[in-house]
Amino acid sequence: MIKTDALIIGAGPTGLFTAHQLKIIGLDCQIVDNLDKIGGQCIELYPDKPIYDIPAIPECTGEELTQNLIKQLKPFKIKFHLNERVNEVKKNNNNWEVKTSNGTKFSTPNVIIAGGVGSFEPRKFSLKECEQFENKSIFYSIKDKKIFEGKTVTIFGGGDSALDWAVELSKTSKVNLIHRRDEFRGANSTVDKVHELTKSGKINLFTKFQISEIKGTSYLESVEITHENKEVKTLKTDYILGFFGLIMRLGPIANWGLNLNKKTIEVDTEKFETNQKGIYAVGDICTYPGKLKLILSGFHEGALAARACFKLARPNEKYRFEFTTSSKTIKDRLGVKSD
Amino acid sequence: MTKITYIEHNGKEHTIDVQNGLTVMEGAVQNDIPGIDADCGGSMACATCHVYVKDDWYDKLDEKSEGEDDMIDQAYEPKKNSRLSCQLTVSDKIDGLVVHLPEKQV
Repeated sequence: MIKTDALIIGAGPTGLFTAHQLKIIGLDCQIVDNLDKIGGQCIELYPDKPIYDIPAIPECTGEELTQNLIKQLKPFKIKFHLNERVNEVKKNNNNWEVKTSNGTKFSTPNVIIAGGVGSFEPRKFSLKECEQFENKSIFYSIKDKKIFEGKTVTIFGGGDSALDWAVELSKTSKVNLIHRRDEFRGANSTVDKVHELTKSGKINLFTKFQISEIKGTSYLESVEITHENKEVKTLKTDYILGFFGLIMRLGPIANWGLNLNKKTIEVDTEKFETNQKGIYAVGDICTYPGKLKLILSGFHEGALAARACFKLARPNEKYRFEFTTSSKTIKDRLGVKSD
Repeated sequence: MTKITYIEHNGKEHTIDVQNGLTVMEGAVQNDIPGIDADCGGSMACATCHVYVKDDWYDKLDEKSEGEDDMIDQAYEPKKNSRLSCQLTVSDKIDGLVVHLPEKQV
């Protein structure tokens, strides 16, 4: 059981700056995120897209913003738990007990949800029958490529993951690649490679086709694909891989007894606290009258939620407001010299 | 004002007067029409405002912008007549537009 003053769920810009604010006022914190990297939507959805409305930064990309926030956190040693989704949040006396998908357990008086629009998960096939083969013959990510050696693998998708894996697996497997249109959204060099391998017969390419049925009993036998013009083909296959990008789901957050409004969590505008004492929501995932889904709003919300955490984490101390320009205590925390 | 008809997957129809200049997505969200999530808020960074445009309307709409089809690849059950409703700007030209909503967005 890890004890911490505050646990932040979500390592996007709001979560990162909230961590900064907690550390500045002398609280410790840890951050959990379901993605395998820091940055949230900024990194996952628009790493290269410029953002123009961060105060005092005329223009920066999602990736640059993330790098700068990480740099700003550098004086503090913050423990990140990536690739872990928070599944359970339960009250235990004055603390919240939090459990992740990897079984990591936390005990903390403060939980700050900075979860954006929920956790990122792979989009799956909409065919119901695909569920029974999931993680056996149907995969949405690859952990061990050896299992595909000498087998027939049918890959769906038109982005980098689909194309990269089609190229890679064509070395040792029979590969079918299926995409709903003629154009691909992967890197040009990979698209060229796929066309080359198609010409040489290493990849069987089917465009304007989509999955329509799968057949098999205990193991997968074949997949049926249908063309835009209704033509149907049946392909024998041992494995199916689906790479349709990531979707965002509120996920387990919906089960924590919080007041929800559509996919957002209702908070007050003093502490950004939810209807549960000690659970806060900041950034895109929170809602209140006048809420703006801007990164700068998330920074403000995180700063206030951090001050609210102080009260529960240090019930016997009084919080003192201080400026980073003048406070010796804060400068010590930042590891910079005082004047 | 321009009339837009949204038809839910279960067949329920909503005909709404939407202000010109808004997007078809915004028309749905502002009028609480279920079935359009618009998680990213209209920045073409997700595919949760996905709609099927009624066939006779599809060719009358402005062509897809760069990147729209890339996002539609990631939508729930994309079809030939799929569009992202955040990329459809409401104007007199599309008065009477009919869009069908997919079974779900995520």
